[in-house]
Formats: sequence, structure tokens, C-alpha cells
Amino acid sequence: MARELWKGNEALAEAAIRAGVEAFFGYPITPQTELLEYMARRMPELGRAFLQAESEIAAINMVYGAACAGARAMTSSSSPGISLMQEGLSYIAGSETPCVVVDIMRGGPGLGNIQPGQADYFQLTRSAGHGDFHPLVLAPATVQEAVDLTYISFDLAFQYRTIVIIAGDGALGQMMEPVEMPPMREISQERPDWALTGVDDRPPRTITSLYLDADELERTNLRLQEKLQRVAANEQRWESYMTDDAEFLVVAFGTVARIARSAVRTARAAGIRVGLFRPISLWPYPAAALDQIVSRVQGVLVAEMNAGQMLEDVRMIVRGRVPIRFLGRMGGVIPMPDEIAAEISHIARVNHRSNGSNGKSPLSERSTVL
Amino acid sequence: MTMLLEAEAPTTTAPDWELVYQRPQTLVDAPTHYCPGCSHGAIHRMVAETIDELGIRGCTICVAPVGCAVFAYKYFALDSCEAAHGRAPAMATGLKRVLPDRIIFTYQGDGDLASIGGNEILHAALRGEQISVIFVNNAVYGMTGGQMAPTTLTGMRTTSSPYGRDPLTQGRPIHITEMLATIPGVAYAVRRSMHSVAEMRKVKKALRLAFQAQMRGLGLSIVEILGACPTNWHLTPTESLDFIRDRMLPEYPLGDFKVDERLRD
Repeated sequence: MARELWKGNEALAEAAIRAGVEAFFGYPITPQTELLEYMARRMPELGRAFLQAESEIAAINMVYGAACAGARAMTSSSSPGISLMQEGLSYIAGSETPCVVVDIMRGGPGLGNIQPGQADYFQLTRSAGHGDFHPLVLAPATVQEAVDLTYISFDLAFQYRTIVIIAGDGALGQMMEPVEMPPMREISQERPDWALTGVDDRPPRTITSLYLDADELERTNLRLQEKLQRVAANEQRWESYMTDDAEFLVVAFGTVARIARSAVRTARAAGIRVGLFRPISLWPYPAAALDQIVSRVQGVLVAEMNAGQMLEDVRMIVRGRVPIRFLGRMGGVIPMPDEIAAEISHIARVNHRSNGSNGKSPLSERSTVL
Repeated sequence: MTMLLEAEAPTTTAPDWELVYQRPQTLVDAPTHYCPGCSHGAIHRMVAETIDELGIRGCTICVAPVGCAVFAYKYFALDSCEAAHGRAPAMATGLKRVLPDRIIFTYQGDGDLASIGGNEILHAALRGEQISVIFVNNAVYGMTGGQMAPTTLTGMRTTSSPYGRDPLTQGRPIHITEMLATIPGVAYAVRRSMHSVAEMRKVKKALRLAFQAQMRGLGLSIVEILGACPTNWHLTPTESLDFIRDRMLPEYPLGDFKVDERLRD
């Protein structure tokens, strides 16, 4: 199939359509709105359900309802809207209904702004709602990858009866890139054996997240945790770039990772053996893969568009073995390639200077960003 | 020997009794958790009877609320789900949009529907969602122990309005059903009461029309039912019925605020 130029938000929407999404419920919010608008045009064309909800709270609860019917349902939003969806996400997690949520992250906290951000990392991976659960969080770095991940997201959601979140940012949502769209899938009329369809002649089914008995709720939680362990074991995704001979490593995800890729090439041209580790699944974090690479390098640079959120995951994996430096831009400021390249040079220089000294690296963990 | 066997043979004559009352098929044979004198049990039964009589049990899905009726799904022999507080109309919307040939109803209390879920019910009505809403108004938050609701009567003492609901600082009771009746997407909006057998019969008729409105695709239907909460009103069950008649009816007049002409056929 030919490659066509697609805007990120619209490409995400079309990928979901080709993956067989049956119902979309959303609410306008920049920089995600084109996804909603695309769905508004396209879903009725295909005889599928589209609804602009009265709020993000309603949208996620409509998704919850459609998901209870065993339909492939999704919503999309941006950071403040995701905050409003946390209630619904918790209920969906507690009742093990599958759905897909797109978060085109923007600057926060509060109303923040509409520029790209990555400060929802904690929210998406750690605290998508009250109670013990993690959504499966996938962070594409290109429009093509956003399409490919969205295309498999419903399968993953249904396989594990879990929430899959596509975590992009304003840059990814707004940029245009050549994309090869996957083929259109037929919508299956078959419903899972837990779906609400009306009892007809079978026993009633109930979908709930309410368990008043403490032992029963603990058993439910243990079952959820067991499932999350399976997700954690099977669904780690990452990309390593020039890490085979790397002495230094940049860790970044999404838009920052593709900027870091340029910086890695620049640093390589200057003779620094540096590689890039890009987690694609933010939860589960590809810990084993990163651990292996970290065991071979002398320093790590973490770059994010936030104050250091993924940094905490990297710290847990590095466990103090090598110095970590952090470059964080906030407020919608995107780090430039030369900015990241300069940080790589700094790590290499400091490492070189400190070799043969008392072994304590003077490398400070946090760079001054302004 | 032969005669004895004949005497024990089952009789083929018709029984001299007629079955006039039994548990509806839609109602699960289980004790409910409701307090003595609470209206929910009787309303559940009438909902179940209505679903049986309309022959829609196989295609009906219940969306349960947060509040006293949180376990409604345990009592209806239906496919059911449990919504977040106030979100039942949104969840019902999601279900109906992917299952347009199914009958979807929400069962909600006044804290759930009139307070935290005000936006969800308003916009479901605005869109004319093809759902039925059973709205039980007992003027308090029952499950959490009798706090003030938007429906609490002026001057009424609750655990969170211990000096009585003061209209200057806490407003006056909200009339949800009258409000919804002004919305074109609503096909049927009525208020009924559980304070007497005669009124309960009218509840039953209203429930039937509410489901019929949905079956005929006329728009959203809502039956507000004034129910008793003896526990949180600190009254006996019979005093509670008098309370509905004497105190609630003046604030919440019974009546049909909107009935789609096509339902009058």
C-alpha cells in the first residue's frame, strides 16, 4: 500500500477505524481535537457510533458502557481531559472491561497550555485512577508508530481485558508524516462471553467493580495483579538505537526520543559512543532490556518534557551503578537536538575527567535547564 | 390392592385455585438489603413485573447506580452493570449506541441523578437518548446515612443540614422531572408516589409507558417516584408514607409533565 501524508491525530483515528473501533466518544480539547473531528466525519460513514459527549467524564463512562457490551470502544483527550477521565478509568479497570484511550499530552499542570508535554507520565503509568491498577501505556515516537500501535491496541485490550492508553503529545498529534495505513479489518459480530447483550436464554451477567466483602475484593485485586504481571511479562516494548558499542546512553520516549536520535547521531559524529534506549511501552516499563544495556555503559542521560517522571523508573533500574543526568523541559518547551547533544558531550567529558580519580563522579544528576 | 393404587393415582381434574400472584421472572428470588419500609423493594418488583409483562426480559439491560440501589443488579434477573456515581445515563448511552435494539434502563436515586449526575441526565435528555430512567426521590442520601440532597425539603433536618435546609445558603429543592420535561428529546416525564396502593398502581402504569416510549424509539423517558426512607427520616414505615403525602407532595406535585402524543394511542 502506498505511503500517504497524514496528520498525527487523524492518522490515529483512521488506524482505530481500521482496527475495528465500533464506538467513539469524545470531547474537544486541543491538541487532540482533530481526532474527534475525524471520527465525527468517518464513523457515521461506516455506520458506527460517534458521539460528542458533554464532558470527558461522560465520554469515558460512555466508553465504559459500550465496552460492557463487548464493543471495541475508545475515547481520546489531552491531559486535563485525562484527569477528568480518571474516575471512569478506575471503574473500567476494576470491572475488567477493555477499551482504548488516546492521550495527546500538553503542558500542565492546571490548564497549562496547548504545547507538547510528557508530564502525564505518572498519571498514565502510576495513577490513572484510584485503586491498584496500571493501564497498558504505549508511547509512539512517529505517526507511523502511532498508527501501528493503535492498530494492535484493541487486540491487546481484549486479550487482557485491560485499558490501553496511546500516549502521544501535541507534536505527534499535530505533525504530518508519510504513513502506510494497515488494511481495514472487518468488525466481528461475535461478543465475548462476559459481554452484556441481554440475557435471552442464558443466565444473567453482571459487570461491576463493587465487592463489599473484604476477602472477595482482595481476591479480585489478586486476580487483577496476576493479570498485570502477565501484561508486564509479555508486553514490554522498546527500541535500542546504536547501543551495541555504546559507552553512554540516552533514555527518552515519544517525541523527545526522536529528537534524541538526532542528538545521538551528532554526538557519534563528534566521536562519542552513545546510544539511545526508547521505551515504547511506558507501563510495563522495559526494565530488563534497559538493565542489560545499563550494565555496559558508563553514564545515562534521561531526557523528558517534564520535571523527571520516567527518570524515577530509570533510577530504579540503574540502581546507582552509573551516574544519571537529567534534561527536562517543561511548559510545552521541546528540547532541541543540539541541547541534548550538549548534554551527551557533558556526560562524556565529565566521565573522561573523573576516570582514575577517587571513583566518585562529580556528574550532577540534574542539569540546569534554563 | 388394585383399589388402593387407583386411589393414589394423581387426579386429572383442574385445581380449585387460581394462581394470581407470583414472583416475576425478572426478579431474583433473594432477600434484599433494603431497610424495612423502604420503597426500593416494591419499586424493584414493579419494574420486574413491567419487564415481564412487556416480554422484554431477554433484551433488557439494567444500569445500576451508586446509592441505596447500588445492588439493583443482584435483584434483577437481567444483564446489568454498575455505574460510577451519577454516570448511569452516560453508561446507558454507551450501551444503547452499540446495542440500539436492546432496552436499556437506569435506576437512580436523587443524590445520584439530581446532584453528582446532573450533567449526565441533562445531556442524555438533550440528545433524546433512547433510554428509560427510573428516578427514586426520597429527599436524602440514603446509603451514606441521610445527608442533604438537592431534593431535600426546605427546612428539613438531615445529618449534613442539622439546623434544617436553609434556602439562603443551601437553596431550595430541585425539580428534575419538570426541568427535563422542557427538553425536546424527552418523550415521557412524570412524577408518581409510593405512599398508597392506589398511587403505586399509577407507578406501575407509568413504568410501562416509560419502557414503551423506548421500545417505540420516542426519546428519553423518566419516571420520578417519591419513595420512603424511614431509616433516615427517623420515622416508622407508616409515618413515612404520611410524610410523603403531607410533606413531599406539596413540594413535588404528582403529574404528567410530558407525554409524547404517540404514547396516548
